[in-house]
Amino acid sequence: MTAGKFILWTCALAIAIVLPFFVYPVFLMQAMALAIFACAFNLLLGYTGILSFGHAALFGSAAYVCGYAARSWHLPTELAILCGVGASGLLGFVYGILAIRQRGIYLAMITFALSQMIYFIAVQAPFTGGEDGLQGVPRGYFLGLVDLGNSLNMYYFELGVFILTLLLIARILDSPFGHVIRAMKGNELRTVSLGYDVERLKVMAFVMSGALAGLAGSLKALALGLASLADVQWHVNGEVILMTLLGGLGTFFGPIVGAFLVLSIQNYLATLGGIVTIVEGVIFATIVMTFRRGIVGELQPLIEKMMGVRGREHRGIRPRGYIIPSP
Amino acid sequence: MKLFKWCFGLLALLITCGPVCAQQEPVKIGVMNDQSSIYADLSGLGGVEAARMAVEDFGGSVLGQPIQLVSADHQNKADVAANLANRWYDAEHVDVIVDVPNSAAALAVQAIANQKKKLVLISTGATSDLTGPKCSAYGAQWTYDTYSLAAGTARALIQEKALKWYFITADYAFGHALQADTTKFITAAGGEVVGSSLAPFPTQDFSSFLLSAAGSSADVVALANAGGDTINSIKQAREFNLFQKGKRLAALLMFISDVHSLGLNTAQGTVLTTGFYWDLNDATRAWSKRFFERRHAMPTMTQAGVYSAVTHYLKAVQAAGTKDPLAVMKKMQDTPVNDFFAKDGKLRPDGRMVHDMYLVQVKTPEESKYPWDYYKVLRTIPADDAFRPLKEGGCPLIAN
Amino acid sequence: MFGIPAQVLFGQLMLGVINGAFYATMSLGLALIFGVLNIINFTHGAQYMMGGFVAWMLLQYCGIGYWSALVLAPIIVGLSGLVIERLLLRHLYNLDHLYGLLLTFALSLVIEGLFREYYGVSGQPYEIPESLRGGFDLGFMFLPKYRAWVLLASIGICLITWLVVEWTRLGSYLRAATENPMLVRALGIRVPNLITMTYVGGVMLAAFAGVLAAPIYQVSSIMGSNIIPVVFAVVVIGGLGSIFGAVVTGFMVGLLEGVTKLVYPPATNMAVFAAMVVILLLRPQGLFGRRNY
Repeated sequence: MTAGKFILWTCALAIAIVLPFFVYPVFLMQAMALAIFACAFNLLLGYTGILSFGHAALFGSAAYVCGYAARSWHLPTELAILCGVGASGLLGFVYGILAIRQRGIYLAMITFALSQMIYFIAVQAPFTGGEDGLQGVPRGYFLGLVDLGNSLNMYYFELGVFILTLLLIARILDSPFGHVIRAMKGNELRTVSLGYDVERLKVMAFVMSGALAGLAGSLKALALGLASLADVQWHVNGEVILMTLLGGLGTFFGPIVGAFLVLSIQNYLATLGGIVTIVEGVIFATIVMTFRRGIVGELQPLIEKMMGVRGREHRGIRPRGYIIPSP
Repeated sequence: MKLFKWCFGLLALLITCGPVCAQQEPVKIGVMNDQSSIYADLSGLGGVEAARMAVEDFGGSVLGQPIQLVSADHQNKADVAANLANRWYDAEHVDVIVDVPNSAAALAVQAIANQKKKLVLISTGATSDLTGPKCSAYGAQWTYDTYSLAAGTARALIQEKALKWYFITADYAFGHALQADTTKFITAAGGEVVGSSLAPFPTQDFSSFLLSAAGSSADVVALANAGGDTINSIKQAREFNLFQKGKRLAALLMFISDVHSLGLNTAQGTVLTTGFYWDLNDATRAWSKRFFERRHAMPTMTQAGVYSAVTHYLKAVQAAGTKDPLAVMKKMQDTPVNDFFAKDGKLRPDGRMVHDMYLVQVKTPEESKYPWDYYKVLRTIPADDAFRPLKEGGCPLIAN
Repeated sequence: MFGIPAQVLFGQLMLGVINGAFYATMSLGLALIFGVLNIINFTHGAQYMMGGFVAWMLLQYCGIGYWSALVLAPIIVGLSGLVIERLLLRHLYNLDHLYGLLLTFALSLVIEGLFREYYGVSGQPYEIPESLRGGFDLGFMFLPKYRAWVLLASIGICLITWLVVEWTRLGSYLRAATENPMLVRALGIRVPNLITMTYVGGVMLAAFAGVLAAPIYQVSSIMGSNIIPVVFAVVVIGGLGSIFGAVVTGFMVGLLEGVTKLVYPPATNMAVFAAMVVILLLRPQGLFGRRNY
């Protein structure tokens, strides 16, 4: 790593450490959870080229499972998170198995249907509390020692998890697996012809994306102390797409930027009444029409140009139907 | 190193200053409700206005400082509500949160209020658990709850010889609770539930359930649902001629805003229990006309409840001479609630504000003489009959 | 049968068919738009809502009644669709299908939000027209006249649309354009205009369904988002782009929901999605869909 990058990362870390003293920590925790969620979605769409319109169910089901594990089974925090991740990973597996037979819009619609089914199950199932939601999720203790009920402690815990997750995603993307899924996005047929088992890879991508989305859901449930139907509603699917697109599809930091921005809009405009959805819609429409590469997608080439570094790969969605591979 | 010392010192100063500075801070009231989603008309911006009126009528200041009022939209989402509550109590020094529709959000906010030791006055949130197993020394439920709705309508209708009931229930926790509560009263009073349909939540089309209800031997078709479900059920009940065979329609939870959006032609004859009606007496009329000038709509019971709760709170702060939550709460409990909303209302230790409720029936278009003349009061349900007895709630604060 | 009295069964099936007719009309517009433009029109729900609202507004502000609204509302909403297509959608055709979906999703947020801000969510009163009040006592159930009318109107509009697409020259241009737009253009047919017309047609169908719905369902800003997931499922099951598929599946889904309400009510909302997963597994392109889209 170059000296310049080292300084950049240290500064970022320093800011992250002092941030909770200036910005409300619970908000930051939610933002980090949503950022992971957006990264998970980006893994599937931006890097593998699969549009899933059902990620809300992965996020929300993990929130419920983790919350239930922490509250009713009294599991320690780390185990509760693992339960959530396991549940959503499993769900991601199911999604993968069912979805890989499809392409493009049909795949998206199958994920949508699955997510709707999970929603209706959540409405009915006694353990979710239905309309009341799963309340009173305890934050527990980190390693049995540090009381996570203190928001500051919880923030640092989540910050640690967040950084580890980002490192994990970076590792995945740099691995052979990461390269192959990008190849799949670019040209699936050619990848098949090179001998890769495309179906198995897609399922793996779904499982990973599902598990990460589940991690986000678990963190959110712990941070806020509750899991509710709002997490599994189909509008959340649209929101995560908005976050990813706004930040920059196919970029590494884009989804994080997008998540922070969208959450800020939602929370700080909440005082202005009901115009939040209108504002979201307008921003969404503007991005789609004119600003397709997203914030990071637009800025990154500029920064790279300034720093004299050659951009490595094409960001965002390619034109002419690359997301939905032509048959 | 010097910089570090400076920063550390400043930080220490800020932290210690916190509690000291708080003493001199003015009273801040936060109105949190749904301003953009399905419950926006029940309270929403009207609830905010009601709170504003309460502050203005009180004189705008208390304990020598101007009263601050903030409001926000929780979009009917429990997590947005939780987030807002946390931020308001922690970072923005809000002393009391008011309104909070949606039972999930209300429960979440009350739990947070309990944790942060600050007050919450719930007007629109419905679940009776708020004064039952989930009660809090820092929370109060002002306007109504699922128990009182059930008790009021069920007992009153049975007294009118409507003995056989058919439920159309929204298939989620609120609907089930409402049906269960109402059934208890029906059977206790000698009635009988002849059948029920579980409608998925939410549903647009109630025709199949209404068909079953029409074919049953019930005297009353009870709607254990709320909001859009109730409106659709009533609209379609009229379409399917439910009333031809002499059946009555009881909406277990309905607001005057719902009647307004249905129109009298469709809603006429529906029976419901309410905590407030604008046209009850001169006092209610006077206040409601003022409300109407600001909002161009007559107040719902929850909006009136917000005004009453905020006023009572401010009076208690003034009488107690402090903002301290428990002291103010004690004052609120010790003082009877006497305003246009309630006469001799009492705030109980479990947080329940008991006051008279009213069994009303929606007028026919011919009976309605002027705009918003929607209800005729069938009977007044006295406070002690209307709400669940203190010992039966399961509130941990109440020693048995 | 199944321990359910025949009377109740027939009554519920009848209702299922009527609801199915409603779904069919809604899905028709969506299928049409997807077939020609290859865009999932997420705004469909909002346009359905606008249909109902315009009908209410015509009555409230202009005193124009139901029967005229059936014609006027689709035209007015159709014009808004024209604006959307010309100004916005048009630019996305040479891009990934994803963008069309996202734009229409964004528009639905904006449109519904605006109506909600202005009109609230409880809804506006809109009554069944005089001539259609009351009903027929069929013995096994009381069938409101209005529901019978909805059935007839839906079947009628589906037939008309199907006739236009399958039997007229215009329809043949449309069908050709879906298969090979370049060639159709080369033959001198103005494809962009065809596309605009198709979008407007689909939007008008949504608005028509909205006017049909106004007297019986709540005319409110959220009436669209309640119904949209099911309609999507219907179109996908029927096969994206197949009009016949959308109509037939609409009726089948209505019946499916009717039966589920009888046999196991809690699963009613879920039934159509479970069906979608099963059918797509067995037949990936939907019941009547084309393999390549």
